[in-house]
Amino acid sequence: MLTTTKIKQMELEANAIRANIIETLVEAGSGHSAGPLGMADIFTAFYFHILAHKPKQPTWADRDRLILSNGHICPVQYVTLAHAGYFPVQELLTLRKLNSRLQGHPHRGSLPGIETTSGPLGSGLSQAIGVALAARMDKKTYRTYALLSDGEHNEGNIWEAVMLAGKLKLHNLTAVIDRNNIQIDGYTEDIMPLEPLREKYEAFNWHVLEVNGHDIPAFVAAVNEAKAIYEKPTVIIAHTIPGKGVDYMENDYKWHGNPPGIMDMPGEPPKKEQERDALRSLRTLGGSIECHHLE
Amino acid sequence: MIHKEAHLSDSLFTPEISQRPTRDGYGEGIVLAGRANPRVVALTADLSESTRSNFFEKEFPDRFFELGVAEQNMATVAAGLAVSGKIPFIASYATFSPGRNWEQIRTTISYNDANVKIAGHHAGISVGPDGATHQAIEDIATMRVMANMRVIVPCDAIEARKATVAAARIVGPVYLRFGRGKTPVFTTEKTPFVPGIAQILWQGKKPQVVIIGCGPLLHNALLAAKELQKQKLEVVVLNMHTIKPLDEKTLLAVVAKCGAVVTIEEHQVMGGLGGAVAEVLAKKLPTPMEFIGMQNTFGESGTPAQLMEKYGMDVSAIIAAVRRAAERRISIRG
Repeated sequence: MLTTTKIKQMELEANAIRANIIETLVEAGSGHSAGPLGMADIFTAFYFHILAHKPKQPTWADRDRLILSNGHICPVQYVTLAHAGYFPVQELLTLRKLNSRLQGHPHRGSLPGIETTSGPLGSGLSQAIGVALAARMDKKTYRTYALLSDGEHNEGNIWEAVMLAGKLKLHNLTAVIDRNNIQIDGYTEDIMPLEPLREKYEAFNWHVLEVNGHDIPAFVAAVNEAKAIYEKPTVIIAHTIPGKGVDYMENDYKWHGNPPGIMDMPGEPPKKEQERDALRSLRTLGGSIECHHLE
Repeated sequence: MIHKEAHLSDSLFTPEISQRPTRDGYGEGIVLAGRANPRVVALTADLSESTRSNFFEKEFPDRFFELGVAEQNMATVAAGLAVSGKIPFIASYATFSPGRNWEQIRTTISYNDANVKIAGHHAGISVGPDGATHQAIEDIATMRVMANMRVIVPCDAIEARKATVAAARIVGPVYLRFGRGKTPVFTTEKTPFVPGIAQILWQGKKPQVVIIGCGPLLHNALLAAKELQKQKLEVVVLNMHTIKPLDEKTLLAVVAKCGAVVTIEEHQVMGGLGGAVAEVLAKKLPTPMEFIGMQNTFGESGTPAQLMEKYGMDVSAIIAAVRRAAERRISIRG
């Protein structure tokens, strides 16, 4: 049940996750900023409300599966997994460092809670189909969620998978598209137009929902609707703001592949100053937000 | 002479020897694997009959998946099935899988260490009239370089069946390679097959050269060995069906006795069986080697026999290579 208090708690959690993403990326010195910040609300909704999961028993057979296809946004998954109790929050500081379980792109088997290896784009939906198909064959009731980026819809592999899920009527599969309109080289509609995205999925026999990806109760409602659809797989097109919460990053594709402290800002402030600006921005936009400090 | 423990066919050197494509062995093997283990499933990309996946489809329709002409999807769906406890066999022509979907195999099967079996069919130039687009001659190399991956190349339909059944029992990714045309069935049910253990097929007395091969070409190697014996040049023929992990122990023991090597494969001479053997020998037992295979060129249309002759893989080409190897051996060993 989503109470007002629970919603407020999740919104605070999402901002705490954003703060740790910034700190983690600054410590790592490389990595992607915009996507992880934009998906913090959805990851919070999944790991703090939607998923049936046991953080202390990550291979629990009946857990819901969350397959991250666009592995480059893994900082948001790592931070959320840590906040949910899969591993110590302090371990986030090892991101992208030698001998770390937090690889630059997620590796199955390295870290509890990571279902599949990803990074090379376009392969997550197919793997989610395999997982959902296995559930159907074994009469398991767990649900499979595939998290995709909009940019990776340039990949042919995605459309092969979209066709197959429609053919198989995989209603235990829900895809979520982070529709933030940016990819590395620019805005998605300049690089390779995706619109009309809704109609494309509908034409491939999917049930399509669209939500504001920062509206946690609306997103939860969409996931619940997907559970009630028995004829088709469902895709939720979640409209998000890349870099959400950090005013100088929001909607700027240049932040797709860079951490704070790497990009030139007016006056070229040092790395620590840029991090401080980002954290201040998060606190200002989100009101009185508590940050989990990693130290 | 024929190595007794290999239990080769009695009609090995007769025109009556039975001829079947190795892909038949794949079809029979996945059915046997499917009966032995309900977790075995089969996928194909619009090549069910051609890859003999239809044998499985007929017996286990609920465990068979037709994905259409989409090899990248086939590899990645299989990875998802595998991480959920299934044992998927994926089949297409080797130029498409593991050709077109190499990166998907690398990331989602090999690096993921997913328990997927990749069956590459229509491998080698013996595919014939379809021409170079459909003749995979790079697949051993591109699969062998992946960590976690095993590579097995069966020599006839019987060994193909055994290899397929064995692959289902191996936990982790396996690449299996099959041919299109009918080729001699020269092993028998009694012939030992253990993945990772090379099998001596022919053992000459005081041999000077070892012919190390994989796949149906080994039949030509045996014909060459018999002819060379008449010419007083003794050899060993070694079936290196498992190219990864390579049976270094048997390789080094046989090479130490012979002193010269000829490798034969329907594959580029770079990166395949010959490359794998050379890597071991260069480090542990430097030995003169001759490489039979595709010499940095593509194949073309033609009958399998015509192509074998043109690209130097027929019996006379093997005999010539053995003679070259033997001469180089003498120049070193005296």
